[in-house]
Amino acid sequence: MRLHRFHGGLALPGHKAESTAGGLRACPAPAVLRVPMLQHAGEAAEPCVAAGDAVVRGQRIGIARGASGADVHAPRGGRVRAVEDAGVPQLPGIPVPHVVIEVAADAPEVNLPPLAGDEDPDVLRARLQAAGIVGLGGAGFPTAEKTAVRRERLVVNGAECEPWIACDDALLREHADEVVRGARVLARIVGATVVQLAVEDSMGEALAACRAAIDAFGAGEVELVVVPTRYPEGGERQLIQVLTGLEVPRGGLPRDVGVVVQNVATARAAWRAVALGEALVERVVTVTGPGVARPGNFVVPVGTPVSHLVAQAGGYTPAAKRLLLGGPMMGIALPHDEVPIGKTHNCVLVLGEAQLRADGDEMPCIRCGDCASACPSRLLPQQLLWQARAGRLDDARSQGLFDCIECGCCDLACPSHIPLTQQFRVAKTGLRAQDAAAANAEAARQRFELRQQRLGREAAEREAKLAARKAATSPEAVAAALERARARRAGAAPDRNEPG
Amino acid sequence: MKTFDTAPAPHLPARRSVRSVMGLVLLALAPGLLAHAWFFGPGIVIQLTLATAFALAFEAAMLKARGKPLRPFLTDLSAPLTAVLFALCVPPLAPWWVAAIGMFSAIVIAKHLFGGLGQNLFNPAMVGLAVVLLAFPREFTQWLPPAGLEGAIAPPGLLESLRAVATGELPLPWEWDTLAQATPLDAVRTLGAQGATLAEIRGAPLFGDFGGRGWEWIANFFALGGLFLLWKRVIPWQVPVATLGTAVLLTLPFWLYDPDLHPFPLQHVFSGALVLAAFFIATDPVSGCTTPRGRLLFGAGVAVLTLAIRRWGSFPDGVAFAVLLMNCAAPWLDAHTRPRILGEGRAP
Repeated sequence: MRLHRFHGGLALPGHKAESTAGGLRACPAPAVLRVPMLQHAGEAAEPCVAAGDAVVRGQRIGIARGASGADVHAPRGGRVRAVEDAGVPQLPGIPVPHVVIEVAADAPEVNLPPLAGDEDPDVLRARLQAAGIVGLGGAGFPTAEKTAVRRERLVVNGAECEPWIACDDALLREHADEVVRGARVLARIVGATVVQLAVEDSMGEALAACRAAIDAFGAGEVELVVVPTRYPEGGERQLIQVLTGLEVPRGGLPRDVGVVVQNVATARAAWRAVALGEALVERVVTVTGPGVARPGNFVVPVGTPVSHLVAQAGGYTPAAKRLLLGGPMMGIALPHDEVPIGKTHNCVLVLGEAQLRADGDEMPCIRCGDCASACPSRLLPQQLLWQARAGRLDDARSQGLFDCIECGCCDLACPSHIPLTQQFRVAKTGLRAQDAAAANAEAARQRFELRQQRLGREAAEREAKLAARKAATSPEAVAAALERARARRAGAAPDRNEPG
Repeated sequence: MKTFDTAPAPHLPARRSVRSVMGLVLLALAPGLLAHAWFFGPGIVIQLTLATAFALAFEAAMLKARGKPLRPFLTDLSAPLTAVLFALCVPPLAPWWVAAIGMFSAIVIAKHLFGGLGQNLFNPAMVGLAVVLLAFPREFTQWLPPAGLEGAIAPPGLLESLRAVATGELPLPWEWDTLAQATPLDAVRTLGAQGATLAEIRGAPLFGDFGGRGWEWIANFFALGGLFLLWKRVIPWQVPVATLGTAVLLTLPFWLYDPDLHPFPLQHVFSGALVLAAFFIATDPVSGCTTPRGRLLFGAGVAVLTLAIRRWGSFPDGVAFAVLLMNCAAPWLDAHTRPRILGEGRAP
């Protein structure tokens, strides 16, 4: 199969072997789980349990709300200690309800009834929704919503391109069979005739496992595609370009070019939701970096605090300097380790001083264009920076600010060490705020205009009534009325005087 | 609970710094510099040292005047690079004040008065060169003959050259008059004007295989350095390819039409400063274009203007003016050659 190239990107050292040596390790649940109600793209789910309630594993504890919402289930059985608001790393400063569960060791488990893999697509899709399946690659888009369209091609994304993150690699090594069967379920839902499992050429063991699984369970449907290792190939748009040569339109979605992309872990979760009736309550998380003693890949119940997870990996080393949720290119730096793991968190990375970029050594832009060479969206980051810093946000928008996928390649390419990606995040936030303000102003203007129209109309009506009344009492009208009366009388008199 | 410092992503260090980029360019200039010293004596070393000293002094003074930190900007190697590019274009025995005035124009006027590193509209080295070229044309006619030329005297040694640069006194048997040595490009222009055919002109000992004797070797070594920069991805391929390609394509038909009157295309390429310009001057990121197509147009423009100035201008080599003129056009070229964004023009 002929592969295509995507523009830019970087060849980065993978650092996967550090965590994949020990295979998948179970992370025992901590005594207390704090389950965030926002582990997906849309609005936070509405908690449907209260303090004091007993819950069992797999029980729904949060009800999806709004577009792109998803249900949340109890990761383990126990008793609800509290439902309280707290921040989540991806949306700092916005309170999100958390259900705090005291885990009981011997609590039972509820599963949905198992379904056959060849059920009606709508039934399968409803199951994904009921099991709270969301994209596990990072964006957390609800899978049922993403698979609500019929498309001819399904791409199962195992191109785990960001350094250090190895959860998909570890998952494929042990559960490639479930991934392949999940891929077939998803393909059935979207009606895809082409199903491609894309794995990077650096993931040797995972590739072997995928081959074996496809031979056993692929049924001639699922095709393994070995793609070259290059960051950010795991990005949907980049992967689609590599596989098909097609470009997802600006502002569009992969479905616009007939493709649905799902992460390998999502495919596995879909399979388990269908075949075993399991809700999505745990995921594989890579815990790695020079800052942890025994890196590894762990099966982690959601709601487990990072501190507990790091303890399972042998705790911090003296080198620990920065705590990241996610990889070194796009991960969020956490201020402390009491943050609970959610469905979309694939990696806990602890870096030391030696791996970090120095701050305060920024130089002026020398317009070398290395940022543009590295940009997978083919933007001119240095021009965008110019617009963003000058406050010309609308120019930045037209030059592709929102086409930026925040992969961070330009920052690494920049010899002047300018924090380009951060500038773009700030500019995007500014534009969104500006758009929201403009929408508010527009709504206010419309309200005002409607009110003005209404007032005008009422005034006109009053005027008309008044005029009608006035017209009724004007001298001409009086004269005319007298005239009419007289005429009536004159007309009537002869009648009356007529001899009977 | 363990707490940590936070910072925005990405968290990995950048792969290069301004200093390492400038350092690589300086390194790539080394073979050409050595060849220059081989053919024209140690004068280039003196010019280079002088220019670098002036450049750093002016840089420091301007940074201080503008209230900028000295350390990062004095050590970014951008001022020494400007100095080296300038020194390579002036005659080896040019008096010291040529370097002083050139560097004043380059660093103070072209660089810092426009806002310092990254803000200069014009290539500082070429501004410096243009100023001294226009103000002191006589000094630019005084090139030494290249070493190895039959019957020529060996170039003066280091101390003699130093004295010549500092005081204007030439060691025996040199005299300033005998020094009014025509460069190969001068020869083509003046002898051509007298009606000599190119075959006759090229018969002169001043010429080598393609360009001028000595000059072509220096150009070869510059090209070697340029290839190193391409390999290291310090310079974009579009600029040198467009510059040299345009020079060849533009002169080829003329040469095919009448080889007696029009120089062989490679003679154009290997004469004067075209190779140096293609790899080291037109590739200056700050004053050049930044889009891929813009860079192609920029390089082509440099070549066209250089050839036009060589043919019709009153200066034998027009690289400096060509680059400065294209610097003017760069923002416009950039604005009109923005690359298509991924997915742009695809129907949603």
